[in-house]
Amino acid sequence: MSTLTSQIEFKNFDFYYGKYHALKSINLSLAKRKVTAFIGPSGCGKSTLLRTINRMYDLYPEQKAEGELLLDGQNILGREVDLSVLRAKVGMVFQKPTPFPMSIYDNIAFGVRLHEKLSKAEMDERVEWALRKAALWDEVKDKLYKSGMGLSGGQQQRLCIARGVAVKPEVLLLDEPTSALDPISTMRIEELINELKNEFTIVIVTHNMQQAARISDYTAYMYLGELIEFGETDQIFVKPEKKQTEDYITGRFG
Amino acid sequence: MQLRAKRKFVNRLALALAMAAMLFGLFWLVWILFTVVKLGVASLSLDLFLKMTPPPGSTEGGLANALVGSGMLVVLGTFVGAPLGILVGVYLAEYGQHAWLGKVTRYVNDLLLSAPSIVIGLFVYAIVVARMGHFSGWAGVVALSLIVIPVVVRTTENMLLLVPNTLREAAYALGAPKRTVIMWVTLRAAKAGVVTGLLLAVARIAGETAPLLFTSLSNQFWSVDMNAPMASLPKVIFDFAMNPDPFLQKLAWGGVLLITFGVLILNIVARVFFRQQHSH
Amino acid sequence: MTISVESCGGASGAAMAPDVSVMGEGVLKAPVQQGSSLRDRGAGGKRRDILDLGFEWLTRSVAFLVLMVLVGIIVSLVVAAWPSIEAFGPKFLVTTEWNPPMERFGAVIPMYGTIVTSLIALLIAVPVSFGIALFLTELAPVWLRRPLGTAIELLAAIPSIVYGMWGLLVFAPFFGEKVQPLLAVTLGKLPVVGKLFQGPAMGIGLLAAGIILAIMIIPFIASVMRDVFAVTPVMVKESAYGLGCTTWEVVWNVVLPHSKAGVVGGVMLGLGRALGETMAVTFIIGNTNFLSSPSLFMPGNSITSALANEFGEASPGLHTAALMELGLLLFVITLAVLMLSKFFLARLARGEGGKS
Repeated sequence: MSTLTSQIEFKNFDFYYGKYHALKSINLSLAKRKVTAFIGPSGCGKSTLLRTINRMYDLYPEQKAEGELLLDGQNILGREVDLSVLRAKVGMVFQKPTPFPMSIYDNIAFGVRLHEKLSKAEMDERVEWALRKAALWDEVKDKLYKSGMGLSGGQQQRLCIARGVAVKPEVLLLDEPTSALDPISTMRIEELINELKNEFTIVIVTHNMQQAARISDYTAYMYLGELIEFGETDQIFVKPEKKQTEDYITGRFG
Repeated sequence: MQLRAKRKFVNRLALALAMAAMLFGLFWLVWILFTVVKLGVASLSLDLFLKMTPPPGSTEGGLANALVGSGMLVVLGTFVGAPLGILVGVYLAEYGQHAWLGKVTRYVNDLLLSAPSIVIGLFVYAIVVARMGHFSGWAGVVALSLIVIPVVVRTTENMLLLVPNTLREAAYALGAPKRTVIMWVTLRAAKAGVVTGLLLAVARIAGETAPLLFTSLSNQFWSVDMNAPMASLPKVIFDFAMNPDPFLQKLAWGGVLLITFGVLILNIVARVFFRQQHSH
Repeated sequence: MTISVESCGGASGAAMAPDVSVMGEGVLKAPVQQGSSLRDRGAGGKRRDILDLGFEWLTRSVAFLVLMVLVGIIVSLVVAAWPSIEAFGPKFLVTTEWNPPMERFGAVIPMYGTIVTSLIALLIAVPVSFGIALFLTELAPVWLRRPLGTAIELLAAIPSIVYGMWGLLVFAPFFGEKVQPLLAVTLGKLPVVGKLFQGPAMGIGLLAAGIILAIMIIPFIASVMRDVFAVTPVMVKESAYGLGCTTWEVVWNVVLPHSKAGVVGGVMLGLGRALGETMAVTFIIGNTNFLSSPSLFMPGNSITSALANEFGEASPGLHTAALMELGLLLFVITLAVLMLSKFFLARLARGEGGKS
């Protein structure tokens, strides 16, 4: 592990919802261009942890983070950080598909336009590139100017991945991206994640143990706001060091 | 056994009365629409749309100037009131949800929504007509826009609150600033509801008479000058209906037919549009 | 996750709330690896913030404008009514005379007309609306609920000028010929109450105006009642049915007590509408400032009809000021009623929130 470049680092990281101490003194380092999965029971803080990486919590005045969170060695918790730039570097895909109420093309172009000024031709190219990356191009190339709301659930979710990818981020955050999808769509998204990890650092929250085992390189097990165990996925699932991890995995796996 | 029979009887009686109440409500709707159609259709003619309101004693004329005046007042009133109402709705839903200004504005807006429209007329008379020294179309526009605003504020806020928060988060996650999120994502997602609110607001002011009595007043002649008094359909109906001249009453029935069905169609279109947009 | 983000408040005060980031400052010792810094991108970044702030302030100022409209209405009415307030003082409220040529004004007759017609309207509209709401929530087959509900709501969409003209030219003649004589020989024969139903049957008058008002406010009251009936928890209703209650018993003993506050709120909303209704009343009430008998068959005047009829032709000075004072009076009364309505509706909503 030491040979890998770490891209995201939590150092003595704490998080609060008002007075509730939701994440306790997290120390964690996520490797570049690898897939890291956060697992753990409901309410353990895995989603909360994920949402700090693009500072989503800034939308809610009563939520606050303490400690250090480094992205490429730079602390991103400071108030001088430009959230727009941060979020261009850290893309996010949500639990339920969130297509915007506009055409498929504009869904992709929306994010790009925020950060870059492209000519029409360049934009066309970028949209196609992103849709190909999300393995959606062949299905939608004839209806780019139709509403994104008309796609199936699985297609919508891939559209959202394409939208995130189009901005060319370095990190992709996936918050239970397949929990609202059927098994076939889930499989396609998993294949996609496998492809994307060659170019992006991927952090995924999942409640599905098999999924974590299938797609991730590293796994972090969390419980009640604490990081219990972190390591290579194979090792976590085959012979976890902590009893707690073992109990959770044997309870839900198998 | 007797007790049960009595309870059953009371139940039947109550339900029968409830049905009677429903029929009572429908009865008036049917009666009103029936007479409006019967008397209104009789006075429909091309003249109604093409000729000016007649001078006293004449038996020739139409409602052309009133129709155009009403159209201008309603369109301009909506153009002034709707953007303001949408901005307030945006403030209430996206910025001031819990701020004191938000709470107070929401409360006051609800009061204005049901406040007597004739008082709006008095207000605009005091601040516009009395200042300018004469009645004018613009005064009528101000009065109507003050009626449009609360309607649009209420629907816009409600519709924005229906937009799932994850959609906002998804837009923020791309690095969009708040105004972009609101204008390109949230408002778009709520578009059907906001448009429905606009249609209902238009329907509401199309039939408003009281706020125009002391603002745009009326105008016997063709005029599209917003600085002069302006004819409007409801006001003309008011004047003609009170007049014993049967020809004027006939014209008024024509106007009532146009206004009733205009407003009802707007209402129904708004509902159907909203339902369609929200069914997929 | 048990701590869902949605439950921690809306997206309010969001992107530009810098208060979150007091911590984590001054620790930026980062070796920048990629050349691109996360800090504000100079002027570009700052300008975006200003635009964003500008937009927020724009919406906030327009919201403030709405407040100012309410304040403006009250202030401008007080100013415009001042000559009359000064001249008559509190006597304005107890003077029955309304005499423009002599410049003597009192609000009793129009206030009486406004209150009496609104009360008649409530007396008719409340039970009917209750019946309609009961029918729509408990009785009607599901496929009929929406069209019937819409039909009742359309009663509210019909412009009041239409009610007025129809009331004057269609309803009043019918009412005067057919209904009033009938009332006079039945209710009119009763002791005490009979006094209200005597006199010439002219059609127009306080009673006819009250009936038209009733039709106009039925949709408002019925729709609030329907909505508050619908919030009664299904479980509570089912347990009452489970005891063998009839539909009526469930509504009367379970649904109604549960939604009492909302029902009162709906009635108040209807009352607020009735008090301020102008055109329909102006057509039908008869427009006279003299009141010689307690009979509801008599013509009268309401605040709104006095304004609609006289304001346009009033000479500047005391007459206009007195009319403005009437308007002020109407506005204050309506606001009070509407605030009561909101109070009761909010109480129902709070009760609901506490239980869920």
